Amino acid sequence: MSGAAAREATLQKPWRSLRREREAVSFGTWVFVASEAMFFAGPLLAYAAYRSLWPEAFAAAGRETDIVYGTVNTALLLTSSLTMAAAAEGARARLRRLTLTCLAATAALGLAFLVVKGFEYREDIHKHLIPGAGFRLDMPPAQLFFAFYWLLTGVHALHLSIGIGITVTLLIQAWHGSRPLPSPAFEGAGLYWHFVDLVWIFLYPLLYLMGRS
Amino acid sequence: MTGLGENLPRNAGAIWHRILPVWVGLMALLAGTAAGAYLPLGRFNLVLSLAIAVAKATLVVLFFMQLRRPNPLLRLAASAALVFMAFLFTLTFADVLTRAAPTQPGTVTPQVTAPQQATGQRAF
Repeated sequence: MSGAAAREATLQKPWRSLRREREAVSFGTWVFVASEAMFFAGPLLAYAAYRSLWPEAFAAAGRETDIVYGTVNTALLLTSSLTMAAAAEGARARLRRLTLTCLAATAALGLAFLVVKGFEYREDIHKHLIPGAGFRLDMPPAQLFFAFYWLLTGVHALHLSIGIGITVTLLIQAWHGSRPLPSPAFEGAGLYWHFVDLVWIFLYPLLYLMGRS
Repeated sequence: MTGLGENLPRNAGAIWHRILPVWVGLMALLAGTAAGAYLPLGRFNLVLSLAIAVAKATLVVLFFMQLRRPNPLLRLAASAALVFMAFLFTLTFADVLTRAAPTQPGTVTPQVTAPQQATGQRAF
């Protein structure tokens, strides 16, 4: 496909130039990401308020989370952001092989995160860390910590699953050639993926690094 | 105008050269924050780990999410969320941290006893 033809196939209806379309996709995704950030800010605010009221119980509960699983998962997610950034820039530079490899690596790293998270959840359930009757710790506010733990990691895992779905869809489309590489969709998907990574960057110290010293 | 990065690297080597150092920095910060959690700093453990989280987030936002490119529209959209979150946290903690002791939620502990068994007498 020649350059002009590729541009023709990429350009969607309301835009007169690929440059404008690209800016619109980035802007739209940023507005969505900003609203998602405010959504996560709600539970994080409640977490912060309760933690300031019961610091000892929160530290005792935080010690019960598994720092190894948490740290491995942080490394996996940060690396997946690297491959996603490479995929987005590769698509823009029309490097087909780099884009396909990096999209596949991103999806694989995201899946690896979910697998590790699954093992961690299994261990948490074994250790009776679910709020309610039979909870492992005596201090009632420790249950609040674990309510936030399940809520925040669960909603994050949901976002990550959606991200994996988007990445695999783009991978298939790029593989078949039904979506030309200069399409701004790769960059938009990248922005969303990096946002999910950002959420985890803040969840990691709040859920895993407490009460260790 | 280069606001949207029209002159980005065109080959794989140049792309990795741009973003690999960012990943190395992120991994170093992760190692630092995991080790820092075991230092006996008291309440400053939280300050340290959140400062490192902000540093990591800054790297991701500037280099992976491309806010380093001078595009005012995208920068405005990104900072709008920060402004509203700042209001949210400031106003809430202005309340939580300044209440008189008897009105603190800590005086009412969450209920942990098992729910009462039904006795067969219905209220309605």
